[in-house]
Amino acid sequence: MKRRVSITGIGLVSGLGTGLDEHWQGLMAGRSSIGPITAFDASGFPCRIAAASPTAQIKDFVPKSYRKATKVMARDIELAVIAADLAARQAGLITPGTHDDAAAAGRTYAAERTACHIGASLIAAELDELTYALHKSAPNGQFDIHHWGREGMQSLTPLWLLKYLPNMLACHVTIVHDSRGPSNTITCAEASGSLSMGESLRVIQRGAADCGFCGGATARMNLMSFIRDVFTGRMTVENDHPASAVRPFDVSAAGTAVGDGASILILESNETLEKRGGKALAEVMGFGASQSLNRANRNTSPAPDGRGVRLAIEAALRDAAIPAGEIDFIIPTGLGHAPSDQAEAAALLAVFGDALAQTPVLSPKASIGNTVAGAGAMDVGIAARCLAEGVLPPIMNRAHALPGLGATRPKRAPLYALCVSSGLCGQNAAVVLKKA
Amino acid sequence: MSTRIVITGIGWVTPLGHDIETVWRNLLDGKAGASATERFDASTFPTAFSSQVKNYDYRRFVTRQDCHEGVGLNTAFALGAATQAWNMSGLGAFAGLKTERMGIYLGSGEGSLDSDNYFATNIAGWDEAKQAVDGAKWAATAFRKFTPRKETEQEPNQPLNHIAMELGAEGPCYNCLTACAASTQAIGEAFEILRRGDADVMIAGGAHTMIHPLGVTGFNRLTALSDRNESPATASRPFSLDRDGFVMGEGAGMLILETLEHAQSRGATILAEICGYGSTADAYRITDIHPEGKGAAAAMRQGLSQAGLSPADVHYISAHGTSTKQNDSIETKAIKAVFGGNPQAPFGGAPPISSVKSSLGHLIAAAGAVEAITCVLAIRDQVLPPTINYGTPDPACDLDYIPNVARKTRVDVCMSNSFGFGGQNDSLVIRRHA
Repeated sequence: MKRRVSITGIGLVSGLGTGLDEHWQGLMAGRSSIGPITAFDASGFPCRIAAASPTAQIKDFVPKSYRKATKVMARDIELAVIAADLAARQAGLITPGTHDDAAAAGRTYAAERTACHIGASLIAAELDELTYALHKSAPNGQFDIHHWGREGMQSLTPLWLLKYLPNMLACHVTIVHDSRGPSNTITCAEASGSLSMGESLRVIQRGAADCGFCGGATARMNLMSFIRDVFTGRMTVENDHPASAVRPFDVSAAGTAVGDGASILILESNETLEKRGGKALAEVMGFGASQSLNRANRNTSPAPDGRGVRLAIEAALRDAAIPAGEIDFIIPTGLGHAPSDQAEAAALLAVFGDALAQTPVLSPKASIGNTVAGAGAMDVGIAARCLAEGVLPPIMNRAHALPGLGATRPKRAPLYALCVSSGLCGQNAAVVLKKA
Repeated sequence: MSTRIVITGIGWVTPLGHDIETVWRNLLDGKAGASATERFDASTFPTAFSSQVKNYDYRRFVTRQDCHEGVGLNTAFALGAATQAWNMSGLGAFAGLKTERMGIYLGSGEGSLDSDNYFATNIAGWDEAKQAVDGAKWAATAFRKFTPRKETEQEPNQPLNHIAMELGAEGPCYNCLTACAASTQAIGEAFEILRRGDADVMIAGGAHTMIHPLGVTGFNRLTALSDRNESPATASRPFSLDRDGFVMGEGAGMLILETLEHAQSRGATILAEICGYGSTADAYRITDIHPEGKGAAAAMRQGLSQAGLSPADVHYISAHGTSTKQNDSIETKAIKAVFGGNPQAPFGGAPPISSVKSSLGHLIAAAGAVEAITCVLAIRDQVLPPTINYGTPDPACDLDYIPNVARKTRVDVCMSNSFGFGGQNDSLVIRRHA
């Protein structure tokens, strides 16, 4: 018998703000955080817009004793640690991260019973720091690897590599909150956050932990990350009207925009949650994962028939043991990249049929941009808030929806939500939530 | 009644060969893979050698070459190892295969940087006055130098993507990147996916290479690598007193896992059974492992407990055994805490231990999968691979490390350990199928 699991904390950081409330207000107001890139001179790129850089500062979100360790954090790591702090505080968890003397205050969960599953991207090195070192080994503008091996590399701090290992997001979160249960780092592009959440869910269901930090984080505002995003061919070039440039599931969708962002959720078993008298924000009813096979473009987008995406949704509905018709609204990946959106829409139509016309399909990425590993759990966090509030934010930038996706209002006070994440390279994950 | 999980295929690409039997023979013969680094000019680096895969061409393994043109080296290794395992399993000829019930769980590393173009672009973008990279200057060079495919192929989930396209997996697919523990963790999590019924077949393992200029730079700055440049083949000497760091290796290891029911229904040859998995986090420091190896010991205990076995049941431990000062003594301490409780028995009752990293070097994310495969072969052939280059004993490493010579003995139950930077600890228990 599987244990039941609920979401009790939602930590979000993105261009839209810091914390769930700022995200909710931004979404309800139909505000876009997408604008001209300011993090670097983007004039040489075809896409020159992105979500605003989050303003949250790491030093405000770690215990004083941990400030020194923030020197070896790439921005991706900082965002994950910030989101984890927000989530743990919302859940009311007592950990060494939220309380200076957690032992005296009485930890909510034992370290060994706390899991941590965080999705990450390929983290690009900070180019100013690296190039400062590299250029010293290029006396005539040509990189001299002999010089680099002999002395150039000594300019890099000894711990340089550790700033960029993807598992350092989870590593720092486990140290800050003293979480010693099962821990993992999933690197599956846009599906990373949801897959990580699925791993925490399963660990708690099978009794290997009672509580889990899960989600993901990505910082894209680095020249190298950004050119890789451009090279995927998924980015918008509509630079002159950023707020309406990303139009998920609109017939005119013409590309996505990226942004720095993180989302960490706290999951707890209902049983231990009840015992401690905590509050559930939503219950996690089902999870499913799958792989797309679009060999024509090596899974840059799912196959046009949406088969892989459909398999994940069907697996999640089976796991939740509810029929598709019970779902009141959906948050798919919704990048605003036409082939990806069309494939997702095909999958939704295949699962929901005519009922899709009565089921609103939201797309927060019109406002927040694609935060890659930060996106999956962000969508889940937003869906949980929708269920708790009983209302949905307005659908942005969709004047002419793709066929079958016309609904703007739910058919009843929302009880069940479905979130879907499909990523570069074809991994898909789907999550079913129920109002708590 | 819990579901039993079996191994029906194995494959690897390593510095000691590109097929199961060649590598296994070389391990038993005590061969070493390390030599001067040829992949790039490392002649002035603190460490100028590595354990490289040589004369390897993935194209002889694949049937869908059109999907794989231009893959990175890590993906090329992954494809060779996965197709070997696949062919051994016989699943390709199984008409009843449900592709949506077949998933993949890899612990694969990122692809190698396009180093020459990366360095040249960064340097061209450098603004001396601002002491910073100028975005416009950088982009002007970048769009001339970089190849979109080479960049996209560096995504850490590409080995997974290419295996899926080659073999047609449509079930749950994950890539985890928990540093040096990644592929042990991937096998353990694939085992859990099968146990809970989310799939019938999982392809599990890992692939990685960090033998490129910034990979070696990173580990040299951490002073984690051996710098015995005068004798690469004897540089990796796990558990010896004079060990001075690990030797960078590369490659891939892949296993086909199935539920026992699925394997039996198609009459598959069963190689071994996975019966336990433990996974913990140290939550200690980003640079150091817990000095008492608490997290490592906890992972080993979890694995045994899930397998329903006691420490005395284990015949062999495939150690993480990196040949770094810190790992080998702390791993020894952790093994003693779990296995060494019998003062009457030799070594306190701890079973023989070896580190094949002495022969292969450290395959980083791929290391655990390769070591799990050595456990399967040890059970098959009733022989334990040695820790080569074992010389001066270290008082802090006082167990039986199977020094230098393979050992014929009874092998029914093995444990495979992997520990990663950041305090990730994973242990697998693999046993003879009966």
